[in-house]
Amino acid sequence: MAVAIDAERSFTESLEHRLLDIENGERIRACLQCGLCSGTCPVGYLMDFPPHKMIAALRAGMFEEVLSHDSIWLCVSCHACADVCPAQIPLTDGLMTVAKEEMVLAGNTPVELQDALEKSQRYGNPLGESPRRRAAWVEKAGIDVPVMRELRRPVEALWFVGDYASHHPRAQLATVALAKVFRALDVDFGILGAEETSDGDSQRLAGERGLFEMLADKNAKALSQYEFGEIVTADPHAYNAFLNEYPGLDIAYPTRHYTQFLADNLDRLRPLLTGRIDATVAYHDPCYLGRANGVYEQPRRLLEAIPGVTLVEMRHTRQASLCCGRGGGGMWLDGFLWEKGRVRPSEWRVSEAVDAGAEILALACPYEAPRFEDATKTVAGAGDLIVRDIAELLVEAMDG
Amino acid sequence: MNIAVLIKLVPDLVEELEIDATGTALDTTWLRLIINEVDEHALEQALLLKERGGGDVTVVTAEGDGAEDVLYAAAAKGSDRLIRLRGISFEDAPGNHTLARVFAAVLRDLEPDLVLTGVQAHNDLDGSLGPLLAEEMGMPYVGYLSGVQTEDGVCRVMKEYPGGLAAEMEIALPAVLGIQASEEPPRYLAISRIRQAMKTATIVDREAEQPDTTGAPGVISMFTPEVGEAATMLTGADDEVAARIVEILSEQGLL
Repeated sequence: MAVAIDAERSFTESLEHRLLDIENGERIRACLQCGLCSGTCPVGYLMDFPPHKMIAALRAGMFEEVLSHDSIWLCVSCHACADVCPAQIPLTDGLMTVAKEEMVLAGNTPVELQDALEKSQRYGNPLGESPRRRAAWVEKAGIDVPVMRELRRPVEALWFVGDYASHHPRAQLATVALAKVFRALDVDFGILGAEETSDGDSQRLAGERGLFEMLADKNAKALSQYEFGEIVTADPHAYNAFLNEYPGLDIAYPTRHYTQFLADNLDRLRPLLTGRIDATVAYHDPCYLGRANGVYEQPRRLLEAIPGVTLVEMRHTRQASLCCGRGGGGMWLDGFLWEKGRVRPSEWRVSEAVDAGAEILALACPYEAPRFEDATKTVAGAGDLIVRDIAELLVEAMDG
Repeated sequence: MNIAVLIKLVPDLVEELEIDATGTALDTTWLRLIINEVDEHALEQALLLKERGGGDVTVVTAEGDGAEDVLYAAAAKGSDRLIRLRGISFEDAPGNHTLARVFAAVLRDLEPDLVLTGVQAHNDLDGSLGPLLAEEMGMPYVGYLSGVQTEDGVCRVMKEYPGGLAAEMEIALPAVLGIQASEEPPRYLAISRIRQAMKTATIVDREAEQPDTTGAPGVISMFTPEVGEAATMLTGADDEVAARIVEILSEQGLL
C-alpha cells in the first residue's frame, strides 16, 4: 500500500525517505548528474524535469516544484534511463514510479489516465470490458482452449492471457495464433477465463500501487484454486509482474514468456514449420521483455527458425530498443503526449523498421500491434510494412 | 452551505442486459449496479462548492450492491456525511416518483440549502428525479446545469440549452439542481485513499418510510433493441468501393 505523506516531514524529505526504502534506493545519493538518463529518455526533451533534474530538485529540497509540473506523465516507464545510469539508480521503478504515486495520491491524475484506472478498479481490465467476457475471444475464434474451472485437473502450463490479448480485437488475433501453436505442440495448458484479472503492472507504473495490489490479490485468489507447473504469458507486463512484483506480495510462481517457452520447445516446433515466409523481418524488443528482464535471444531464435526469414536489426535494438509508447500508463495518455509534444513513439519505431529494410515488423507484446499498425498508416513509406506477432508468423509458417 | 447530493445506482451497461421471465423487468441475476454517471458530476460539483465556499456535503443513496463502495468513495473525496436508506433497493428499479418521496423524507430533516442530483439517468421511466423531488420539497428546480456559483446566499447557475446556447440564472435557495456536468471532471481517488475512508468513515443507515409507489407508469412489455438490417456491405477492390461510396453519398445529396 502506498504510504501517505508524513505530516511531520517536509514533502521532499518524506519522498526521499520512501525512495531510500526501495531496493537499491540509496544509490540515488550516488547520482553524479551526468544527465545520461535524460539524454537517453525518448521523451526527456519534452520534460520540464527529466530524471537527472528531478534528482537535483530532490537534493535541493524543492521536489514540490517538480510535482507542480505534469511532465512526469510523459514517462512511459521504458527503463531506458535506469539501463544507462552509471550509478545504477533504480530510476524507473524508484524515482519515476514513486513520483507518479505521489501525484495520484494527491489527486493529480490526468483525466485520460483516470478512465483506465477507474475501469481497472471496476471491471478488472483497463479497457472497461465486462470481466465475464475475458475469454470471449475463444468462442469468437471457434478454437478449443481449456478453462481451468472446467478442466478440474492439474496442467503443466497456466496461460495467463492478459488484458489486451484478451479484449483488444487486434491483439486477439495474436492470442488466437498462440492458442493454435500451443495446440499444435500438444501443450498441456489451461486459462483462467473469466477468473483472470488485469496483472496491474502498467497501473502500478502509472502510480496506482493500491490498485495494483488489489488486482494482484484477485489473481492470487484465482490462481490458488488450481494446480499447474508454471505460468506462461504473452504479455511482457504480466511477465514482469509475476517475475518481479508478485513475489513481494507472496504470490510466487515460475513464469515464462511465451517466446521463452516456445524457444525451449524449438526442437518440437521446428518440424511443424513446413511453410516459408520469404521476407526481411525486424524484431522489436518490448521494454519489459528485453531491457527490464533481459530476454533478447529467444524471440530471435523463433523468427530464425521460420524458413525464408531474413532477420535484420533496427537502429535501436536489444538494450537500446525504442519504446512503443504504451508502457507506464503511456497507452492511456496518448492525447496527453500528443498535446505536449506532437509525437507518437510508435511512429519513430516504424520509421526505423522501414529504414532497416524490413518488410515485416515482428512483435512479442500484445500492446504493440494496434499501435504499430496505426503508425504504418501515418509514416511516409511505411504503408507496406506488415506488423505481426511472432505467434502469428509461426502459425503462418505452420499452415504454409 | 448545507449541500445534499442524491445518488442513484443504475444497471451497468457494460454487462449484457437480459429481460426476466415476466417480460417487464431486467433479469437481476447478472445485473451489476453502477453509480449514475451524472450523479458523479453532481457529487463533484458539491465538492467544488464546498472547497470554494465552505460547507457540508451529505451524500444520500439507497440500498443496492455497490452502494457502500459509492459512499466510501464519496467520503474519501471529501463528503462529510453518508446516508443509506434501508428498505428501498436499486436492484428493484424503483421509479423516480417513489425515490423522490423517500429522499424527500430524509432531506426534510437535513434542511439543505442546495440539493444536487444528476439531471437524468438511463433508466428514468417516469421523468427525472430532480423536478419530482423539488415538487415534494416545495423548492424551485433548474436542470441541465454545467456550473454553479454561490455567494452571499445568491446562487448563480449556468444552464445549457440545445443548439449550444447557455443561460446564466439566479435561483432562490433552498433549491434542487439537476447537474449535467461538473465544472471539473470528477476526480480520481487512489484506491489506498478509499481504503482509508472505509476504516474511518461511517455510513448512517436510515429506514426508508414505507414508500408510496403511485404516479409512475407500469411497464407492459420490455424489448431488447432490434438489430437493424439496413446495412449494405460494399465489397470489391478499394477503388471500386471508394467510387461506390462517392456515388451513394451523391445519391443521398450529401456531396
